[in-house]
Amino acid sequence: MSTMPCLVLEDVHKSFGKREVLKGIDLAVAEHEVVCLIGASGSGKSTLLRCVNLIEPIDAGRIFLIGDEVTRQGTDVNAVRKKIGIVFQSFNLFPHMTVLENVTLGPRKARGLDAGEASREARELLGRFGLGDRAGDYPDRLSGGQQQRVAIVRALAMQPRLMLLDEVTSALDPELVAEVLSVIRELAQGGMTMLIATHEMSFAADIANRVCFLDEGVLLEEGPPEQIFRSPANPRTQEFLQRIIAAGRL
Amino acid sequence: MEGDRRSRILGGMSSDARNVVIALVSTIVFFTALVLVIVNSPGWPEVKSAFFNPTVFKDSFPEVLRAFWFNIKIFCVAEVFILVLALLIAVIRSLPGPVFFPLRALAIVYTDFFRGIPTILLIFILGFGVPALGLSGIPTSAVVWATAALIIIYSAYVAEVYRAGIESVHPSQDAAARSLGLTRGQSLRYVVVPQAVRRVIPPLLNDFIGLQKDTALVALIGPVEAFRQAQIDTSATFNFTPYVAAALIFVAFTIPLARLTDYLNERSRRRRLAAGIAQ
Repeated sequence: MSTMPCLVLEDVHKSFGKREVLKGIDLAVAEHEVVCLIGASGSGKSTLLRCVNLIEPIDAGRIFLIGDEVTRQGTDVNAVRKKIGIVFQSFNLFPHMTVLENVTLGPRKARGLDAGEASREARELLGRFGLGDRAGDYPDRLSGGQQQRVAIVRALAMQPRLMLLDEVTSALDPELVAEVLSVIRELAQGGMTMLIATHEMSFAADIANRVCFLDEGVLLEEGPPEQIFRSPANPRTQEFLQRIIAAGRL
Repeated sequence: MEGDRRSRILGGMSSDARNVVIALVSTIVFFTALVLVIVNSPGWPEVKSAFFNPTVFKDSFPEVLRAFWFNIKIFCVAEVFILVLALLIAVIRSLPGPVFFPLRALAIVYTDFFRGIPTILLIFILGFGVPALGLSGIPTSAVVWATAALIIIYSAYVAEVYRAGIESVHPSQDAAARSLGLTRGQSLRYVVVPQAVRRVIPPLLNDFIGLQKDTALVALIGPVEAFRQAQIDTSATFNFTPYVAAALIFVAFTIPLARLTDYLNERSRRRRLAAGIAQ
């Protein structure tokens, strides 16, 4: 594993009105590293990802992407986002476009590829993830699992340096979760750097190099998955994991 | 006995077919009753000869229909300009940030002002006023300026329809587009506006129907279109049947528009529901 950090967060603060959602987050993600964020709903996982992608402006602190500070005034937001792929819980595919058009929009408009090249790349990616025969379909013809895989492909088509996955299986029927997780596993094996907010603990245990436990906007504990899941040090982490185990999710 | 016959007639049908038959029968009964009330009213013979005179109808219908082409021309020209101008106003009104405040304010003033002014007044003001200025290089035809008045007023309405459409596209769609590195303008152009336009097609067509009818207002400054032709025929024959002919022509034009509206509405609703963006 390279020691060059892909992403660095320094003392990141974010509030919505009076409610402080992120209370000084320090986090570094190395290249080719897979980091899973766990924690209860409302602990700040999604907000953290949205701040990294600059969808939400932060109130204080700094964020670096591959050595460049992206939270500085005058940063080209679009240039930063081209390097980061994000996949949302609710897919957010463009319903008026076919699968192929969904995937080629970014490459054509933001990377400046011509239609032919964009579509060739897109078909190759779609084929790799078992969606080759769905290129001409509209999203409403696809299952939730297929839609989410298209959303992942759409993000990958930008050739990002970093992928952010925000609870990507939470909106799926249980029988559709596995196909999406296997796509993510494949990405991890391919060396993609990923920051993943998830409720799928066994998946996190399986795929992550490092697991971070977020509690009320504070990064309480981090470490390799076996340490976090088997012998968590912080009582809040223990309590959270016990609730998860009681719910049969680990 | 009665019940037996009914079940023999309807019993073999699917429930869909039965519903159609029931709807048909109740419609016929309703309208027969209505017609009976009207034709048995004391003034019916006079009304009948004044509004439903077959000879007058046959004479004036072709003339009114010919004049109606003029309405269609005004309608088509106005519509193209309205669709473009209104979209421009709506997009300006949706621009975020303090930099665009003056433009936004201008768009708001425009929609407020021109939705408030009666169409007929603006047609008079522009149709008679602008040509009277005697400026060189601008059209002097009253029809051109009356059409411009329709464009200006309808753009204010249609801009509001567009804006409602733009606001109805969930912010997550914009977020998804921006996260791909698209600029704000690209996100609007490729993601937000296309969806907004699809959603507002039904209310948009509704405004088209209103515009189609309002083309008759242009008659008030002179040119002979369907309504004016009917007026001329009416004063020649002392009979109101030409108005009925004009009404029928207008209705015949708008009904297909209304059906098209319903069809497109249903199609876009289906697509939107299934796309998983309702959450």
